[in-house]
Amino acid sequence: MPVISRGFTGRGRRDVALPPGQYLTEDFPVLSAGPTPRVDTGTWQFSIVTEAGQRHDWSWDRLMALPAESVTVDLHCVTKWSKLHTPWRGVALDTLIEDVESAADYAFIRSYGGYTTNLPLADLLDGQAWIAYEYDGEPLHPEHGGPARLLVPHLYLWKSAKWVRGIELSHEDNPGFWETAGYHNYGDPWQEQRYYGD
Amino acid sequence: MTETWVDGNALGGALGEIFAMDVTAALGRCAGCGRVGPVGEAQVFTRAAGAVARCAGCESVLIRVVTAPDRVFLDLHGLSFLELRPAPATP
Amino acid sequence: MAGTAVLRRLSWQVGTVAESRPETATAVTLALDLPEWTTHLAGQHVDVRLTAPDGYSTQRSYSIASAPSPGRVEITVQRVEDGEVSPYLVDVARPGDELELRGPIGGYFVWRAADPEPVLLVAGGSGIVPLMAMARTRAAAGSRTPMRLIYSVRGPEDAIYADELRRRVRDDHGLDVSYAYTRRAPDGWNGVAGRVDAARLGAGGWPADLAPRIFVCGPTGFVETVADLLVDAGHDPGRIRTERFGPTGG
Repeated sequence: MPVISRGFTGRGRRDVALPPGQYLTEDFPVLSAGPTPRVDTGTWQFSIVTEAGQRHDWSWDRLMALPAESVTVDLHCVTKWSKLHTPWRGVALDTLIEDVESAADYAFIRSYGGYTTNLPLADLLDGQAWIAYEYDGEPLHPEHGGPARLLVPHLYLWKSAKWVRGIELSHEDNPGFWETAGYHNYGDPWQEQRYYGD
Repeated sequence: MTETWVDGNALGGALGEIFAMDVTAALGRCAGCGRVGPVGEAQVFTRAAGAVARCAGCESVLIRVVTAPDRVFLDLHGLSFLELRPAPATP
Repeated sequence: MAGTAVLRRLSWQVGTVAESRPETATAVTLALDLPEWTTHLAGQHVDVRLTAPDGYSTQRSYSIASAPSPGRVEITVQRVEDGEVSPYLVDVARPGDELELRGPIGGYFVWRAADPEPVLLVAGGSGIVPLMAMARTRAAAGSRTPMRLIYSVRGPEDAIYADELRRRVRDDHGLDVSYAYTRRAPDGWNGVAGRVDAARLGAGGWPADLAPRIFVCGPTGFVETVADLLVDAGHDPGRIRTERFGPTGG
């Protein structure tokens, strides 16, 4: 039973309806498992590779030419902070997957710098995910995942891979960086699925 | 751009509880590049979903520690060995 | 190296604030009563955990500032701009308050009075804290080991323990202290403001052929720069121990 320190309240506010165990924050914490990759948009590339090995690539210019959406979403980080009503702009995964033929159930996400994560393909579709390149009206800063990151707000934020570079579709579910370290394989904040076995 | 890592001293508390001894002076061998050095010199990213210690030579991941309220997940597979010298019983 | 941390509790202990002493406008020393505390090595740190009434908790690491003393530990906390824990410890914590501590922690960045080599300590900002523990431990042990400290601060008002360091240098010929003032030099100081560089390390430190033990502590960038300069000056990298506080300095 931890000892309460008189007068300590911590930074987050806890008076708003949030997923269980979360605290509201006004700032935008930067969390990283490694050095921040620096990727030039001139060489940036995003790929989707199907289970059959079929490859679809987008250069930065090609991504910018696609129809984009401005969305406002809530972010829930497994380290307990939540940030509400965050404004992003990006291309919906539905748009990118449109011409991709696949019968796969799972997606494995790779990022510049080596980070990986995984989720069911269904969780990337139907307006649930974007490749986001603007935050709050500005180009996405490298420390928050720029030039582009995956944004999947209905899951804990570690699934919204920063510096995203590609998606591999597969019949198998392969756990990514934090999933192999003890975090939950799916990560639904509303069921508080933080760790393996939750 | 300022680096966001500290050094292996930052893992001393979490690893000390698991190993029941100090680990910051322990030598570890990087499974990636073979570099051998004390855990205290690893580059540790503590502002993450867990603590990630990277090799000061090749930056590959040596150790990951995920601390849940009632348990700890420890991944040491980035070290090909960790040399532990038992502490004396009393000073 | 044989032997690591001395006998200690591995899990969280409750500490009671006995005293809160201002050191500078932004830093205080908290003296904590911990009935189960026996001893520690200079350079070790403690993890401090704070819990709010609704169960929210967070923790930070702080270097131990004091020489070993049963039942008592002192930490010096620098208030970090927009920090979550340091403003509480500096501005709110008062005698009688309780917090949780784990430690002492660390066997890599430690100095023992029995070590015979001359010692060079290089501190950047709040990196002075564990190095001060080394100076205090040396004095408490009656050690004659020559010890030199180079302390880099923005200006004289940022120097923690300035009066105590002045007194120790006056009373103990084995201890030397020199300062680098990176922004504002004190009135009447006949040096030049500026960062720790090869010249300052040479003037305030030991030549490489004396094979000193060297401890460098402070923000990550400071430690990296100083360690590189020391290696360039011929010091054996194996004799240089470092503790990096991260970009904000602790």
